[in-house]
Amino acid sequence: MIKILATPLIQVPWWRNNRKVGWLLQAAFGLFLLIAIALLLANLERNLARAGMRLTLGWMSQPAGFDIAETLLPYKASDSYGRALLAGLINTLRVVISGLILATGLGVVVGAASFSANPLLRGITRIYVELVRNIPLLLQLVFWYFAVFLSLPPADQALHLPGLQLAKSGIYLFGARLINGELEGGLRLSLELAALLTGLVIYSAAFIAEVVRGGIASVPKGQWEAAESLGLQPIQILRLVVLPQALRVIVPGLNSQYISLAKNSSLAVAIGYPDLYAVAETTLNQTGRGIEVFLLLLLIYLVLNLLISAAMNAVNRLVRLQER
Amino acid sequence: MDYKRGVDYKRSLDCENPISNSHKTPVAFLLAGLILAITGCGGAETSGNGRLDVIKARGSLTCGVDGKLPGFSYQDNAGKYAGIDVDICRALAAALFNNPNKVEYRDLTPSERFAALASGEVDVLSRNTTRTLSRDAKGGNGLEFAPTIFFDGQGVMVPIASGITNLKGLAGKTICVENGTTTELNLADRFRELGVAYTPLKYQSGDQTFGAYLQGRCAAVTSDRSRLAAVKTSFPNPANHIILGDVLSKEPLGPVTVNNDSGISDALRWVIFATMQAEESGINSKNLKEKLAFAKANPNQADLRRFLGVEGDLGSQLGLAVDFVPRVIASVGNYGEIYDRNVGQGSRLKLERGLNRSYKDGGLIYSPPFR
Repeated sequence: MIKILATPLIQVPWWRNNRKVGWLLQAAFGLFLLIAIALLLANLERNLARAGMRLTLGWMSQPAGFDIAETLLPYKASDSYGRALLAGLINTLRVVISGLILATGLGVVVGAASFSANPLLRGITRIYVELVRNIPLLLQLVFWYFAVFLSLPPADQALHLPGLQLAKSGIYLFGARLINGELEGGLRLSLELAALLTGLVIYSAAFIAEVVRGGIASVPKGQWEAAESLGLQPIQILRLVVLPQALRVIVPGLNSQYISLAKNSSLAVAIGYPDLYAVAETTLNQTGRGIEVFLLLLLIYLVLNLLISAAMNAVNRLVRLQER
Repeated sequence: MDYKRGVDYKRSLDCENPISNSHKTPVAFLLAGLILAITGCGGAETSGNGRLDVIKARGSLTCGVDGKLPGFSYQDNAGKYAGIDVDICRALAAALFNNPNKVEYRDLTPSERFAALASGEVDVLSRNTTRTLSRDAKGGNGLEFAPTIFFDGQGVMVPIASGITNLKGLAGKTICVENGTTTELNLADRFRELGVAYTPLKYQSGDQTFGAYLQGRCAAVTSDRSRLAAVKTSFPNPANHIILGDVLSKEPLGPVTVNNDSGISDALRWVIFATMQAEESGINSKNLKEKLAFAKANPNQADLRRFLGVEGDLGSQLGLAVDFVPRVIASVGNYGEIYDRNVGQGSRLKLERGLNRSYKDGGLIYSPPFR
């Protein structure tokens, strides 16, 4: 009878045990990291205390004393710094969320159009993408704001488009009327918000279009031909056959574009839109709490982007190939 | 680690990272935080002659200025910096190195300026900065203010064609203002008092602020009155704009150094007082040589001899040369000359002396005794 299985297990010493050593190394590294961080923090705390700048968030409840041009959250100068920052955050979210929706829409259309049978349309999409993504965003924003939007006529000579009036005092949707030389009523977008949205959407959409183009290109040619042979129209092919398969490739790429858009929204400060970063800049100037304000900013942008990532990962799980 | 090494380390960090202008603030703050955390030698908590020694060892002074404000600090047609703020830097360089040109200038926005000073990127901030309690206090920005070199007040400029004549006329209008300035707060305070609604549009730099105003995005622009007058001269049609009579605030402008480094702040303070004392004593860049010869020849002129460093050791008590006063006057002149050349009758701005006259003429410019 073969007795191989009954061979008594050799007792491996712990330092030869790969699993144990692995764990130990990990634990040692973790401990080292913790100690290093604790040392740095203690050092920072001690130095700041010596400089009379102990880290604190007490200033958040002090009255801010400055006004903000436009807020969704009701805010006045006598409110606290905390509320001012919250108003700024909401302004940022306003840009990010509407920017995401508009940029996705434009990006998908441009990306899909680059497969059009019409050479003119294909050419236009190429020119758009190459032009926009090779020019720095800051430059584009400054261009849109100072060269385009600030060149609009004053309110009493506003440009009238169907359902839309463009003037130096803002972009008015849904029938604003001229009262005493000022446009009133309707839905008003400030020029700053309009310029920021335009710049961000046009810039991000170029990148999204490339992601979409890559996704569509990843769908085998046979799928197009099969759909065509079923007698589907080009739009139907795209909607029913190609896009569902392309999404698997598109969604992970979109994730990083969305995160870029959220981060790029902080360039608002260059064109006078009061986003989180702009409000934080005023706050740190008035309070002198530079380190706290920037830690807070870092944390908020980090959480915002992690949330976007989490949402996109959830979408990714929905669209990926169900393997059985 | 000793303090000097710490500062040199910071400098090398800053020099090796050419950080883009618009996003210098966060980087400077993070650097400041990192350096405080790692090195254990915060720039703000040193005492003695720390920064002054660093400047002397380096052989040049780094000065943070606005860089785009005629009369205060701007580059003239030849690309050379000029203005009241610049002359203060030149005076300090003259006192330190006997050469007013040993200054490196950094253009800073209002929001960048304090971070640049705190992180050690600039030695002295000479950027029309308003002195306030919270900027001075340890619990606030923790700065050290040198004597006020220009007493100003906040004003509002509007196009004449708008027909606006006072603050109430701005009800419901949009007002352009620079981000991170006391101006922004004064504006909010005054309109709160008046109970008048308005919209503040904030930009990061003066160029953007005045650019947006000129393009008609806002009905008015607000800043220090001297600054409005200065910028107005560079408008395409200066005569189309008017500065309203309302004065919104007191704006005492002066240079700044970091807290708790008395070496540099004392030197800067007395270099400024030297220009003021020179005007009080009737010494200027033209008669300096005669006055020096006169002081040397007349042992009974005690005040003059001490002031010009002919006798005593006032200069070396500050860590400067004994004859720092003649050096300063020879290179930039006395306060009156500095004023006239940059913002007064000898300049395009043609501002009245007003509060900035010597106390002898009923103004606020006054030097403590050199003794």
